[in-house]
Amino acid sequence: MRQLSKSKFKLPPFSTVVLVFSIIFLFIPLFVVTFFSLNSAKGMQWEGASLIWYKKLIFDSPSLWVAFKNSLIIAFSSSVTAVLIGALAAVGIKWYRFHGKTYITTVSYLPMVLPEVIIGISMLIFFSAVKIKLGMFTIFVAHTTFNLPFVFMLVSARLDEFDFSTVEAARDLGATERQTLLKVIIPSIIPAVLSGLLMCITMSLEDFVITFFVSGPGSGTLPLYVYSMIRYGVSPVINALSFVMIMGTMIIAFIFRNFLKSVAASS
Amino acid sequence: MRRVLKPRQREQLLGSTYGWPMGVWFTLFFTVPLAIIIAYSFMKRGLYGGVEFELTLNAYREMFNPSFAMVLVRTIYISIVSTFLCIILAIPCGYAMARSKYQTFLLLLIIIPFWTNSLIRIYAWIFVLSTEGLVNTLLIKLGIINEGLKLIYNNTSVILVLVYMYLPFAILPLFTTIDKFDFSLLDAARDLGATKFTSLKKVMMPNIRSGIATAFIFTFIPIFGAYTVPLLVGGKDSTMIGNIIVDQVSKTRNWPLASAFSMILTFASLIGVFWMLYTGKREQQLQKGGPRKPAQQTLEQNVKAHHSGRPNK
Repeated sequence: MRQLSKSKFKLPPFSTVVLVFSIIFLFIPLFVVTFFSLNSAKGMQWEGASLIWYKKLIFDSPSLWVAFKNSLIIAFSSSVTAVLIGALAAVGIKWYRFHGKTYITTVSYLPMVLPEVIIGISMLIFFSAVKIKLGMFTIFVAHTTFNLPFVFMLVSARLDEFDFSTVEAARDLGATERQTLLKVIIPSIIPAVLSGLLMCITMSLEDFVITFFVSGPGSGTLPLYVYSMIRYGVSPVINALSFVMIMGTMIIAFIFRNFLKSVAASS
Repeated sequence: MRRVLKPRQREQLLGSTYGWPMGVWFTLFFTVPLAIIIAYSFMKRGLYGGVEFELTLNAYREMFNPSFAMVLVRTIYISIVSTFLCIILAIPCGYAMARSKYQTFLLLLIIIPFWTNSLIRIYAWIFVLSTEGLVNTLLIKLGIINEGLKLIYNNTSVILVLVYMYLPFAILPLFTTIDKFDFSLLDAARDLGATKFTSLKKVMMPNIRSGIATAFIFTFIPIFGAYTVPLLVGGKDSTMIGNIIVDQVSKTRNWPLASAFSMILTFASLIGVFWMLYTGKREQQLQKGGPRKPAQQTLEQNVKAHHSGRPNK
């Protein structure tokens, strides 16, 4: 009884305090940058709100738009490739026995656990050893490689819940392999495929380290553009760009949440 | 007329058709590049980058150069301190999130900074910490100090930003593990007379050990291989292995040495992953006493647990 009456007035538990503190810690830098992107002065002195830096960002930075275009091309092409190859492989590995299965499974998890620098350097050395010129193509290859494990993982997880007897039923009823694939397997993995696609696009748009190694002249992506700006130090234009990118992330995270919820509800 | 295959042949054929495109892709763009690095680390450096095909252990010998050894020690020190801080913060965070009614919302709050471009997050800290940055400007305005403090370009700022960058990596797997924990066990322990701290330590901790191992690995490995953070917020005395590797490739053009350092990073990561597998496996044996799962499956589970921090409930 005493326990109950005491708990009514108790302080928030220690763990909640740490959580609140951590969330504030995670958000403070983002808020600071956003706040100062609205400052009309260049320095830390607050001299009234203005949108000049946003105007400058949008109308006065042609290379930003080139980088953004490159980023989008890479993100979509590499994600679609990764989804096609990765989803098929997940189906094959889940349902069939064949030579090299263990090798493929093991090697598909390693890119996720090795540091990005290693992936980047090994690709750079590989491309120069086989004399492939660095550029959009090499970035595409690198992004597909680091996206593949995630697609494979998501689709495999989805297949774990899937009942193989539906495929056997389809075959018993006379479906060909192609019909089984199109009418049974693909509809059942489509939710995982779509969330994999979204995740790949997000990761591809955000990657800096690996892209940094495998990009050539004229193939810079958005993160590389941000990097070249940061090197020159603090500037209100980067603050504005930061806010735009933070907003982009929030929208993606939000879409992702609703998307996954609807997927879970529909299945 | 279609050729009729035996079931086993058919399975082999179909499996290969589905599975091997990815197998070929990884062989070409992951296994072969890694093999090249291993081979290069045992070769002589070429004059203008590249290598000469001659077996030697020079690259490994060069690593014992005092300045490199210093960087290695510093990398280990920075990685251990930041990983430790991340996990110490992440355990209570994961616990609070698992017990909360607003799990999806809290996950979203952790994931937004986590998914924000890493360079933007580093830049934000440069903005806050630099000599003319926010903290110094505020302190000078309040009259606490007269001239800017040196808050950035040292080991402390590297550790601070690394903790900031990788805290979500530690929170997400710990949350997933703690969320599966049966909290009524804690009440049982309390009823049997344990204090709150003892019940957490003796009842919850052993059950979330695999979560801690996963959090440790997924924080420690990327921090150990960190490149951008020490480059952008570290000074010349806070470089880490990642920076050496890149410098050796792009500036000094000593590819064998870069490869040798990459081997260290790779092996450290692999040891970590195997340790994680071992912890996960032992925990399963302890808990269920049931059939042992192959290492592959445990790895899958750990990786999945790590990446399933997305709000998919």
